[in-house]
Amino acid sequence: MWPNTFDYARAGSVDEALALIGDEGKFLAGGHSLLPVMKLRLAAPEQLVDIGGIDSLRGISANGGLTIGATTTHAEIADSADVRAICSGLASACGQVGDQAVRNFGTIGGNIAHADPASDPPTVLVACGATINIQGAGGARSVGAEDFFVDLFETDLEDGELITSVSLPDCSDCQCAYVKFPHPASRYAIVGVAVCLKMDGGTCAQADVAVGGATVKAVKCGGAEAALAGSTLDDAAVGAAAEAVKADIADWLAGDIAYPESYRQQMAGVFLRRAIAAATTG
Amino acid sequence: MQVSMTVNGVAQEADVDPRTLLVHFLREALDLTGTKIGCDTSQCGACTVHLNGKVLKSCTLLAVQADGCEVTTIEGLAEGGEHHPMQTAFWENHGLQCGYCTPGMIMASAAFVRDNPGASEAEIRHYLEGNICRCTGYHNIVKAVKQVADSAAGA
Ligand SMILES: Cc1cc2nc3c(=O)[nH]c(=O)nc-3n(C[C@H](O)[C@H](O)[C@H](O)COP(=O)(O)OP(=O)(O)OC[C@H]3O[C@@H](n4cnc5c(N)ncnc54)[C@H](O)[C@@H]3O)c2cc1C
Ligand code: FES
Ligand code: FES
Repeated sequence: MWPNTFDYARAGSVDEALALIGDEGKFLAGGHSLLPVMKLRLAAPEQLVDIGGIDSLRGISANGGLTIGATTTHAEIADSADVRAICSGLASACGQVGDQAVRNFGTIGGNIAHADPASDPPTVLVACGATINIQGAGGARSVGAEDFFVDLFETDLEDGELITSVSLPDCSDCQCAYVKFPHPASRYAIVGVAVCLKMDGGTCAQADVAVGGATVKAVKCGGAEAALAGSTLDDAAVGAAAEAVKADIADWLAGDIAYPESYRQQMAGVFLRRAIAAATTG
Repeated sequence: MQVSMTVNGVAQEADVDPRTLLVHFLREALDLTGTKIGCDTSQCGACTVHLNGKVLKSCTLLAVQADGCEVTTIEGLAEGGEHHPMQTAFWENHGLQCGYCTPGMIMASAAFVRDNPGASEAEIRHYLEGNICRCTGYHNIVKAVKQVADSAAGA
């Protein structure tokens, strides 16, 4: 299958990318979401500006927290010792994206810009309070992950704006996990749950929970968090959280003929239990 | 648009329509038809090649994105007239039936064992989730990969 015709330009810098991008243009990072939709003719941009060669957009720096360049690949994030130490949940989520070939070329910036509801990294970014750093013709700005994801395939990004990096706070003293129920054919998440637990002795001082896959976007789950915070993560608290999470996501449910909304809602509770177990058993 | 890359050790240069996918460039411009197109939707892995040593589904990258890169296809895996150990193992274990998935399976597996000598059967099965075979039931494919993984680890 061939995509429609387009003009192709390679940007050497962020400034050049912003100058090159036209009204009907799209940035091209790994191409692992954009090219499939162009081949299916679900998108037909007139221009692609390839940002894959911009050195300043690539790489991971540990600076208390983490700053991850937009064109850093899923494989680079999953394999990074710094990410594993500072936000193990993100390393785990990126390691569960698709298969090795997809992880080798798909990028974090492309993943979040595309905002597929079934993708994995956004769920961790929302749970862990990440910040998305954006550059546009009018200057730079930053948005919290929770506000960045607006709806199905919809983000806060304006036309012509470029994601330059993602920043994460230091999560090294949290117990983090991301677990997913992968679609048996596509490997995309039918349900994905991220938890980030701050433990104080045997008590959970703070819980951050987000759900994706089951929902049209990654959703922060305040009800489940409240059920866990202050508890010893005993069966009663975990059971209450698994119930509460279903209400947390009720307004945002996604579904299809094989995995309807009600099923995914139920599975969010099951996978929250598994995520808590994974986080606390290391 | 002008594109140049090294394919199986040979420098190649061509003028391509930017929408040309790498798999089309390999099969149609270079006549390297060992690389197959199965699903054409990035799922089956029949089109797997190595780009700068990394596994890639070549139906999911533009040829112009591979500019300046090194590409290895199934035709370039054998060295000095000798099969790559993964090719030999697929032969010996009959890791194929129709053979359509085989070039992609071998390319993916060769990279995997290079990076993970001594991989377990479970790791091999997990890794091969991006390569789909409609014929074999995977049993002999996994056996072939395991044979190479074991010998790479000196077992
Ligand atoms: C077979 C297969 C299985 C997959 N399975 C999963 C999975 O299980 N989980 C998962 O999370 N994902 C999965 N993916 C998607 C994968 O993670 C994609 O690579 C990723 O979503 C997009 O990244 P990319 O670099 O390829 O982006 P591209 O395809 O290059 O771009 C995607 C979109 O983002 C825009 N864009 C890219 N970079 C930027 C930027 N820096 N700033 C602004 N806009 C930008 C583009 O214009 C385009 O609209 C899968 C993909 C495939 C092909
Ligand atoms: S043809 Fe490329 S993955 Fe199936
Ligand atoms: S041998 Fe026929 S598809 Fe694998």
